[in-house]
Amino acid sequence: MFGWLVWRDLILAWRRRADVLATLFFFIIVVSLFPLGIGPERETLRTIAPGVVWVAALLASMLSLGRIFGNDYQDGTLEQLLLTPQPAYLVVLAKVLAHWIVSEIPLVLIAPVLGVQFGLSQNGLAIVVVSLLLGTPVLSVIGSVGAALTLGLRAANVLVALLVLPLYIPVLIFGSGAVQASVTGSSPQAWLLLLGAMLIVSLVFAPWATSAALRISVE
Amino acid sequence: MFRSYSPPGQPARRCGYLWNSGIDFSLCLQCRSQTKVYGTRYGIKVVTATHSDALDQRKCGNFMSKNRINLYKYAAPANFYPLAGKLIPLFAVPSAILFILGMYVGFFVAPTDAVQGESYRILFIHVPAAWMGMFLYVLMAIYAGVGWAFNARLASMMATAISPTGAIFTFISLVTGSLWGRPAWGVWWVWDARLTSTLILLFLYIGFISLQSSIDDARRADRAGAVLALVGVINVPIIYFSVQWWNSLHQGATITKNSFKMAPSMAAAMLILLGACWLYSIAVVLVRVRYIIREREQEAPWLAEATA
Repeated sequence: MFGWLVWRDLILAWRRRADVLATLFFFIIVVSLFPLGIGPERETLRTIAPGVVWVAALLASMLSLGRIFGNDYQDGTLEQLLLTPQPAYLVVLAKVLAHWIVSEIPLVLIAPVLGVQFGLSQNGLAIVVVSLLLGTPVLSVIGSVGAALTLGLRAANVLVALLVLPLYIPVLIFGSGAVQASVTGSSPQAWLLLLGAMLIVSLVFAPWATSAALRISVE
Repeated sequence: MFRSYSPPGQPARRCGYLWNSGIDFSLCLQCRSQTKVYGTRYGIKVVTATHSDALDQRKCGNFMSKNRINLYKYAAPANFYPLAGKLIPLFAVPSAILFILGMYVGFFVAPTDAVQGESYRILFIHVPAAWMGMFLYVLMAIYAGVGWAFNARLASMMATAISPTGAIFTFISLVTGSLWGRPAWGVWWVWDARLTSTLILLFLYIGFISLQSSIDDARRADRAGAVLALVGVINVPIIYFSVQWWNSLHQGATITKNSFKMAPSMAAAMLILLGACWLYSIAVVLVRVRYIIREREQEAPWLAEATA
């Protein structure tokens, strides 16, 4: 059931490729806006690169949050899924995993290319990928709480940003901290460990909050 | 006559409203007031909203039945509403007195600080406001959680009523902090752990308020807010301990359990103003919760009687 649900979401996403690509291009555009706005000085760009990549990743992943449950909620699938004997926790986890694969993995893959544009070193690029790999699942799973709470509300997209972005801040701090550390030459290990800890804690608790929120929204 | 809506072989579920008012479902049935089925869920009819007559104990003769001490009497909005009305002046008047007293002590009695000069006096309001911002968030989360877990309407209303006050105190603490930071640190704002996490606290308040206000169904708004408040409560210990955990520009605690590292009159001004803020919060929350009750219970006959 878990695997089936992930597979189903992946197929659905494949059939609406444009949505996924839109998120990806949003990410690329936001990142490329900064050199245009700040100026092409290499040293400045290298200092701001970690923050820029991470903030853009945050915004891009937030854009796609509505898709985790939105369509299933509208056509009633979500209610049926919650009625299955399967724990809601697993349903949430499966949908979050699918969302991560569809919306976040492309960001992680494209991030090194953007990092090169900002003049990051090879080591820095590796840390960008690792920190994003650890951090983006946290974004998906925390974001799912906000997505579930705002299901079917008017102005849900704006509201999701308001609810979720404050909760994203620790991920942003640790993620960009790791990249920053590698840029300045110190060890990013502590930051990455903190990100990993956040990932584990949020994977344990957030789906639980999400399923509670889903039950509230579907009722 | 009364009809049971529960499926055959199963006891009737407690309905949300009656649970709050401390009336047992079966007890309430004895008063034979009309009950409505609010909706069906998964094929089982659930009584979630019922007549408001039974909420009014004066009408429900069985409410204070023999051998039953009613601990939850004031959990029913019908009983709480008049009580709150009586309590408000009891908190508002002492609060005003303490504010004036605290301001007097703060401005005229407390000595000028050796290092910071006169500007430190802003801390007399900054510190209580910062404390209140955090305490009220925890209190709000507790109320929201209780309201969600036990389906207690009044607790959820209290959470809703607390949120603006908490947000205002958090905002005041940020503004006064930055006004104080300019002379003391030379900058209006620094991105330090405590300031940032207080800012996040303000965002959490705003998120809670806007989430609740964008949901039309009051009960769904209560529960959704509860989930958000409980998720956000993680932030409060982070704020509280941020000064110890990170190297922060913000100073550590001056007041601890065993020592007051300041002149007695300074401490007095701060504590008096803290008391004033507490009493102010209680009074304002009670006023607001009364409005919320009036808004949500428009249909209830007791309200027409109470406000007539």
